[in-house]
Amino acid sequence: MKKYFLKRLAISIITIWLIATCSFFLVHALPGNPIAVNSSKILSMETMERMTAYYGLDKPLWQQYLTFMNNLIHGNLGYSYKYPGQTVNGMIKSTFPISAQLGMQAYLISIPLGFLFGIAAARKRGKAIDYLLVGFSALGVSVPVFIVAALLQMVFAVQLKWLPVSLWRDFSYTILPTLTLALGSIAGRTRSMRTLMLEIINEDYMKTAKAKGLSNFMIVWKHQIRNAMIPMIPMMGLELVGMLMGSFVVEQIYAIPGIGSYFVTSIQSLDYTMVLGLTVFLGVFVVIANFIVDIIYGFIDPRIRVTK
Amino acid sequence: MSERLLTVENLEVSFSAYAGEIHAVRGVSFYLDKGETLVIVGESGCGKSVSMQTIMRLLPMPPAQIKNGTVLYKGQDILKKTDKEMERYRGKEFAMIFQDSMTSMNPTMRVGRQMTESIRKHQKAYGTEAKKIAVDMLAKVGLPNPKQIFYRYPHTLSGGQRQRVMIAMAISCKPSVLFADEPTTALDVTMQAQILELINHLKEETQTSVVLVTHNLGVVAKMADRIAVMYAGQAVESGTVRQIFYEPGHPYTWGLLGAMPDMLQSRKEKLYTIQGTPPDLFAPPVGCAFAARCDYCMKACLKENPSEYTDGKGHMVRCWLQDARSPKAEAPEGVIPIPLFPEGGALNG
Repeated sequence: MKKYFLKRLAISIITIWLIATCSFFLVHALPGNPIAVNSSKILSMETMERMTAYYGLDKPLWQQYLTFMNNLIHGNLGYSYKYPGQTVNGMIKSTFPISAQLGMQAYLISIPLGFLFGIAAARKRGKAIDYLLVGFSALGVSVPVFIVAALLQMVFAVQLKWLPVSLWRDFSYTILPTLTLALGSIAGRTRSMRTLMLEIINEDYMKTAKAKGLSNFMIVWKHQIRNAMIPMIPMMGLELVGMLMGSFVVEQIYAIPGIGSYFVTSIQSLDYTMVLGLTVFLGVFVVIANFIVDIIYGFIDPRIRVTK
Repeated sequence: MSERLLTVENLEVSFSAYAGEIHAVRGVSFYLDKGETLVIVGESGCGKSVSMQTIMRLLPMPPAQIKNGTVLYKGQDILKKTDKEMERYRGKEFAMIFQDSMTSMNPTMRVGRQMTESIRKHQKAYGTEAKKIAVDMLAKVGLPNPKQIFYRYPHTLSGGQRQRVMIAMAISCKPSVLFADEPTTALDVTMQAQILELINHLKEETQTSVVLVTHNLGVVAKMADRIAVMYAGQAVESGTVRQIFYEPGHPYTWGLLGAMPDMLQSRKEKLYTIQGTPPDLFAPPVGCAFAARCDYCMKACLKENPSEYTDGKGHMVRCWLQDARSPKAEAPEGVIPIPLFPEGGALNG
């Protein structure tokens, strides 16, 4: 087991290094001058040169790479080009907790609800509740987030005035964005769980369980649900990362100062350090999430459990 | 006569499918006495498994539907029980061993847990007590280190071991009737013999009645007290092993016996087959289901399904040839096996 952990750790570090290296060269291959793009005024030649030297962009690429890697190892992601005086570390520190809170709330709602809806639909197959849930999940999967967000704002904020339209202050401000973010995930999970449950029902061991005289509840709970959940696990880790990292659309619509919007804007503004910082940050999360998922997976499905 | 445990009378089961209704079981009757082994033989799709699963009420309804018939167990009509009431019968009174032990066990649950589930339910034994019962059972079915196997997952066991675990699981609550649905099909030949030996041994030890479904006639001779031959959802012949093997009355039984490979047969001779295919159970024929494949087919066979003719010794044949008005027909030569042990022995029915 220890050997397995060490091996996984080594692979994880190599993965992160690859992510950092690839994105470094890709970002630098983008056309355009980051200094010029991020300035509202037309800069003089002299200022341009000074800025370029200040950010170290005048050095050869390999030297820039080594500096970047050295800083990365020390946990320093550098200064943003677009927001003068702000470090990328600082930006992440101030915006990530907001996105993470929103994402976590959405995730914690979507997991139980998705499973519950899927199980309910499968158990009541062909009944009204099944059609209702299948209809809901079809809608949830296919209607775009910005329409859901606008509808929720329209109904709960503008018409009913129960909740604020946008911004990020106390808990009541988090409800609508959380629902918006969770909806697609709930819908997707409902669909998959329903399908998986209906597949498991035809397994021979379900018949064995019934032949043992177990009650319906026990058969569903101990045999069907657990086996149906197995294929869902790998998705769940990545989904969590995706949610924690914030959603550009949701954060834009609800005017939430989260990290999600920076993913998009930093590329447009050629904010090299920001792009690289966020990519590596995301990469680390994905690697950790996958690691946890693998362990949970082995815990639930003994057939793929790691051998000592 | 020993105690009558189970009587199945005129059982009819059908499945609704997209293309229509499949009449899988079309009026099966048989009975089972305490401590005896009834073997049901017949080709694939003749309703053997469906009949057994109907008795245990394991079929999902819908699509399955019990159209007619009664199943009396110790004087109670099982088909009238609610699903909740059936829970007391399944596992406790009836147990079943399935064909494929790999897919019949939950892959994510330890062997021990799968066993103690029913022990807890039916014997109200919990914790170490339940574990002790389970481990004893594992030892009883001839598994080495039962204590260790208790904690193993099914995928770590071999096919033979898994089938032994299935048997241990089935007998753990000392059922009165053990249904074995082709328990040896997924195993290799040496393992088959061992598993059958085990079932036989346990049956004698615990006085359990066994209903064994198979299409292997070699198995039949070894295991059975009585045999029921099924064809297209009906029992076409039933009787003791002796009656079925040495005095078969139904042309289908003749065909089955004739199709058995013979050790004395020369290599050049082709193995005998029954020509044709079983009828389409979406639209079962009006007359005898076997008529289209039968060498002895008469006019009456095409018009009306024969009723069951039972002689004084309990040998039932569902064939018009048994009727007094029919011409006499004898089993063709070579069908009736030469008794290897004329006095006693395995075939002493």
